[in-house]
Amino acid sequence: MSRNNDDKINWRYAVLGLLAGLAMLVIVPAKAEYADVIINNYADAAGMRPVVFPHWFHRIRFRCKVCHADLGFKFKAGGNKITMAKIINGQFCGACHNGQISWSVENCNMCHSGIPGTPTHIHGSTVQRLVSPPYKPLKARVQQPPQTNK
Amino acid sequence: MSQQLRNKLYGAFIATLLVSSPAMSASNAGVVERGNEVISQADLPMMVAEVSAANTFNRNLHKEKDPNAPPPEDGYHDPENEGTHVLMPPKEAYVGLPTTDFGNHVDWVKALDEGKIAPRWDRSDPTAEPFVMDLDIVRPVKASVPDVVFPHRQHTMWLACANCHPAIFIPQKGANQINMSAILLGQKCGVCHGKVSFPIMTLTCKKCHSKPKPADWTPPLSEASLKNPWR
Repeated sequence: MSRNNDDKINWRYAVLGLLAGLAMLVIVPAKAEYADVIINNYADAAGMRPVVFPHWFHRIRFRCKVCHADLGFKFKAGGNKITMAKIINGQFCGACHNGQISWSVENCNMCHSGIPGTPTHIHGSTVQRLVSPPYKPLKARVQQPPQTNK
Repeated sequence: MSQQLRNKLYGAFIATLLVSSPAMSASNAGVVERGNEVISQADLPMMVAEVSAANTFNRNLHKEKDPNAPPPEDGYHDPENEGTHVLMPPKEAYVGLPTTDFGNHVDWVKALDEGKIAPRWDRSDPTAEPFVMDLDIVRPVKASVPDVVFPHRQHTMWLACANCHPAIFIPQKGANQINMSAILLGQKCGVCHGKVSFPIMTLTCKKCHSKPKPADWTPPLSEASLKNPWR
């Protein structure tokens, strides 16, 4: 196939093709679960890890209507302005996470389990993938802070 | 033959360049101001942009190797957090559920239909039953793709009427303008689809666009065609 008229392999094009293939391999998609919501309205500022809400876990146990109609959760990541005070008052998550229907609020780090600095978003959403890919910290910025001119 | 192959390889290489272009789009401002100090670009460490997740939309790229990774390995749960390791891995919960090739890789509607899962309709009353309305809405599509059939049954099994009506969809024939751009940007059907319910990808077009066009259907002519004097 990849031979010239001289019957010799054309290495230039073979290498180009190989590079193209390698570049495809470099792009590694995230493995995280579709529809998981990361909520970081106030968590980072309060010194807590952001909250990860797994839709898959809750949808096995409750229909969408329970939270999105009865409890008043809006269809918008970060759009509910949930605070711990509201949860303890029995609003939002606190309607079930009160020690009666589900475990109570003392299990802080079961919800507050995201990597610090992750912005509010729905994981794997089409909007996120097309319009605004989730923020990823730049390695260079983390490892060595920029030095000033003297 | 060799010329064709050469062209193909050039094509592949240019495609690769396009795919990796976000990685090259670092800012090229010569001088950066930080507070009162001025830093020249040469003193800043090289910022290597990571390839953005936008590229995963490319259907030519590899599939996710482990789509239902356990929380400590999924990339956004903090493995240093004790609670992360207490959380249930999705795969444990998905045993026995019907599968799909997208989203959570679980067919949730089928799972509910087959009784594999029994999610509550009421927060505290496990016996409450939903009010299921079996009404299909056919929406003719201007383009040549099959028409859309919206099944109320699958939706009312999960949702209450008030979730969609009247805020997202006006319950009146012809009152809702829907297009794929709006859906992809998270409006109309896109409020849920593409975020939490089945994603919008080439694989899933035919889940909504499911009713073939009538046999006598021809694509409508554009304004430009109608005005074309040489037509």
